[in-house]
Amino acid sequence: MGEAALAVRLRQEGPIPLDLAFTLAPGEVAALFGPSGAGKTTVLRAIAGLFRAKAGRIAAGEAVWFCSESDTFLPPHRRAVGLVFQDYALFPHMTALGNVAAALGHRPTARRRAEALALLAAVGLEGLADRRPAELSGGQRQRVAIARALARDPAVLLLDEPFAALDRAVRLSLYAEVERLRARLACPILLVTHDFDEVARLADRVLVLEAGRIVAEGDVGAVAARTDIAVIAAAAEPGTVLDATVAEHLPERGLTRLDTPAGPLLCPVLDAAIGARLRVRIPARDVILADRLPEGLSVHNALRGTVASLAPGAPGTVAVSVAVGPVMLAAQVTQDAVERLGLSPGSPVVALVKSVAVTRPAR
Amino acid sequence: MDWEAFLLSAELGLGTVVGLTPLALWLGRVLAYRSFRGKGVAEALVALPLLLPPTVVGFYLLLAFGRDSPLGAAFEAVTGRLLAFSFEGLLLASILVNIPFAVQPAQRAFESIEPSVREAGAVSGLSPWQVFLRIELPLAWPGLVTGIVLAFAHTIGEFGVVLMVGGSIPGETRTVAIAIYDRVQAFDDRGAGIMAATLLALSVLALAVTNTLARRIGRRHG
Repeated sequence: MGEAALAVRLRQEGPIPLDLAFTLAPGEVAALFGPSGAGKTTVLRAIAGLFRAKAGRIAAGEAVWFCSESDTFLPPHRRAVGLVFQDYALFPHMTALGNVAAALGHRPTARRRAEALALLAAVGLEGLADRRPAELSGGQRQRVAIARALARDPAVLLLDEPFAALDRAVRLSLYAEVERLRARLACPILLVTHDFDEVARLADRVLVLEAGRIVAEGDVGAVAARTDIAVIAAAAEPGTVLDATVAEHLPERGLTRLDTPAGPLLCPVLDAAIGARLRVRIPARDVILADRLPEGLSVHNALRGTVASLAPGAPGTVAVSVAVGPVMLAAQVTQDAVERLGLSPGSPVVALVKSVAVTRPAR
Repeated sequence: MDWEAFLLSAELGLGTVVGLTPLALWLGRVLAYRSFRGKGVAEALVALPLLLPPTVVGFYLLLAFGRDSPLGAAFEAVTGRLLAFSFEGLLLASILVNIPFAVQPAQRAFESIEPSVREAGAVSGLSPWQVFLRIELPLAWPGLVTGIVLAFAHTIGEFGVVLMVGGSIPGETRTVAIAIYDRVQAFDDRGAGIMAATLLALSVLALAVTNTLARRIGRRHG
């Protein structure tokens, strides 16, 4: 990961309680995810210098932007930070070009125009440089806002729910834009969102914020499995929840065997007594379907069953229900896989379960 | 047609606008963006000249400008003249009376700028002074000009305060509004009529300008 491009530590009791610390690595895309009122935007504003927390420290590499111990607080215009506001906050009296050039104050005057044009071209807005914000569509305004944020050569790019106001088609094309951007950006991107789909698409890492605290942190898959966190459980994708009993620990293999109505399941060793009753969740996307039992797999769990039903899932995918004993196991596979395997109701299949997440002790 | 009175009114109007513009910029912006204790009282004080009868305002200003007041005494010590019944006293009174006309539109204009747009200026690397010059002023200027036009037009037409503070000294404090009154008193209906019609035309022009500017603001935000 290299050294931290941005290190943030914030702490205050009110008006918005905050107690968190995190670092961002160069080139990383991290998402601040959480319910509204959790303090996501406040964290972003604190990094940008628009809000001063009671205590903490914010440093971008060597540069200390905020340090309550040494009473350091750089105002926003002295921090190398790019912020894309939720409402874009373009300067309404300036053209797209003017908006971007306004953020190039640190560059020689003679070169600003050319650099602003290059930035607009980089976000796919060639030919629209002379339009004012009122003459641009929502998606185009957003691209201007991104170009303006990048114009500062930011040490960190902050995106505050940047896609919330856009319809789905525009959003998808902007996701692709962000993907392209990150490939050529050295700075980390911190994205605030309450849309887990957005997190899954864009972020390497998720910081789940609840009431100003980071309650979970890690890569998207790991955090998505944390259904013990309410906001994740509500946002997470389809899966199967099973009641399970701890049957045996296999310390030499680092595994625990669970008995479930669908059959025995192996999972990484659990800190639970033999006989303890648990509830586990198998994400639909972590279920692989095969027409016969394959060999030489890293996956521990292979459950035999029959296809009960097929339904269209997310674009290009099919939600398959597999009857495994009395259990209906949800699997998410591609349309292509359904055709190759010739899946139809009644087909015998082997369900390979990649991950088993323990959600909470069963009641 | 009393050209002397007309010229005096124009001078008074210009002087008022010149004195009032920096005050309106500063005070309007403070009232729009800052929150402080006693802000409600400050806003009420700004609006006070709108509600008080001009003769009441004029009466208190006359007291404040008199030889016995610290202000009047200081002015007399420096210039050797009386502040009351002088052009300077009239100008000062005019600035004070016109505060609401200039400050309130300026405050509304600054308030109408989205907070995030000003913040975006700062995040884009603009210093507070640059944000003021490049973001706030260009966005607020129709409101500022509206206030200035209103203050100018109101100065030309002010009667009660001028009469109380200035009297009717030709070339010193006799404005066109006073001159019209004097003409009517002298049964010179024609002279009064010409001046009244000129003032009417000026007022219509002022309203046209302010309405056009108001529409400009509406268009940009719509």
